[in-house]
Amino acid sequence: MAKEDKVVGTAEDFPRTSWERVNDKIHVWPYLTRLEFMAAIIITILLTVWSITIDAPLEEPANPSVTPNPSKAPWYFLGLQEMLVYFDPWIAGVVMPVLIIVGLMAIPYIDVNPAGNGYYCFKERRFAILTFLFGFLVLWVLLVIEGTFLRGPGWNFFMPWEKWDPHKIVALTNVNFPYLFGFREYWAQAAFGLFSIALWYATIPAWYIWRRATLVNVGFTRYALKAFLFMTMMGMVAKMFLRIAFNVKYVLVLPWLNI
Amino acid sequence: MASLKERFSFDQMKRNIVDSQVWRSMFRHGYEDTPRNRVLMVVDNLWLHLHPTKIRRHAIRIRFTWCMGGITFLLFLYLTVTGVILMFYYRPVGEYAYLDMKFLEFDAPFGMFMRNMHRWAAHAMVITVWLHMLRVFMTGSYKPPREFNWVIGVLLLTLTLLLSFTGYLLPWDQLSIWAVTVGTNMARATPLMGSEGPFAELMGVTPRFDARSALLGGTIVGPPTLLRFYVLHCIVIPLIASGLMMIHFWRIRKDGGISGPL
Repeated sequence: MAKEDKVVGTAEDFPRTSWERVNDKIHVWPYLTRLEFMAAIIITILLTVWSITIDAPLEEPANPSVTPNPSKAPWYFLGLQEMLVYFDPWIAGVVMPVLIIVGLMAIPYIDVNPAGNGYYCFKERRFAILTFLFGFLVLWVLLVIEGTFLRGPGWNFFMPWEKWDPHKIVALTNVNFPYLFGFREYWAQAAFGLFSIALWYATIPAWYIWRRATLVNVGFTRYALKAFLFMTMMGMVAKMFLRIAFNVKYVLVLPWLNI
Repeated sequence: MASLKERFSFDQMKRNIVDSQVWRSMFRHGYEDTPRNRVLMVVDNLWLHLHPTKIRRHAIRIRFTWCMGGITFLLFLYLTVTGVILMFYYRPVGEYAYLDMKFLEFDAPFGMFMRNMHRWAAHAMVITVWLHMLRVFMTGSYKPPREFNWVIGVLLLTLTLLLSFTGYLLPWDQLSIWAVTVGTNMARATPLMGSEGPFAELMGVTPRFDARSALLGGTIVGPPTLLRFYVLHCIVIPLIASGLMMIHFWRIRKDGGISGPL
């Protein structure tokens, strides 16, 4: 590529300091515009072929009195619909989407690591990349795939080779988290539930505060926000695990809300 | 005096057109490959002037950008064009909406093709927006000075999903009405503002007057919802998204161009 562009010279013409590497520039016309043109043509061809060969779905006319089973949201929201299995609607349908959007917007302000700005690298920002990829690939993409292909009638789980049986019977054996630990009295259960959630949000941050270094680097507000968002995301995973492994329905039951 | 053959040759006719005052008034310069003309090609062209005249060498590598931001914008343009054509045939009225879909499929010239293109481009755009976000994260391109452009990008991602969701209702078939029912049922669980959410009784909200009914224009997904989603889909969200896109593109330039190692 260097030989094509006489204006900036070839790579050998310049001493390779980092400043000059950044300012190693080429003309947009034709080097970028020709790529954009090619990309536009390729996308146009793909979209045209796709639109000629596969028709968009159109089912029976809308009928409010006939509910299909399963009723699914558009595919990109199926990760959130999956969360309805583990959480009440006010968490899965309102609080979580808001926290996802706010949390994404907060990323540049809580990730103050100056390394890895503008290039691919893993070693310099392990935690940030692993956290993001876990949220993106597992909690978003994987759950969308699961909700699309493995959830059948009654939102029951079906393996790909199983028939979607609308009469599948699933035993409801879920119990609340405090009940598992032997708490039978209502307010004792509520107190233990509150204690469990407080413990969840306190343990790992406490460990980091004990280590000090992270807290000192980023400041208290940033650190609190970071820990809250991270522990909330992992809390979703923890609740899913408790449900699947131990049939836990709620961790916290109060007269006003359940978590 | 040139011979007859020379005067009516293709080259001479082309020169007559390209050198004419009319042509020159529209197209200031040709494709001459000089450094000056390369710059003029970009700055004198409304469509290309979003670009800088020069760009970092690494920035045009496909493995750096994956082309995803540009492809997302291209799909948005396709959706605008096909969407406007669909609007010629479609009426957002309970009695007509589904019949207009059938008209598009069987009677309107290229109607089904336009609808397919609109729907598949919409699905593709959701995917390309996600991949664009993934690329920007993996290259650390949200770091200073680009923090705020990332925030705008997240808003654009949200608007893309909302555009797709509001458009999902418009075919007015079983698939769309129940998908939107499932999606909007969440709104009635909104804390304080939804009739079945926590602390609803403190605010006195009812199923008829809460966050969900404000969205639907009633207690079920009915004809008022169809009109509301149509207006949101065709006017409100595209306008907001276009405004944010202008800021998004402008800020790329103002924040130092496409990201690269500092």
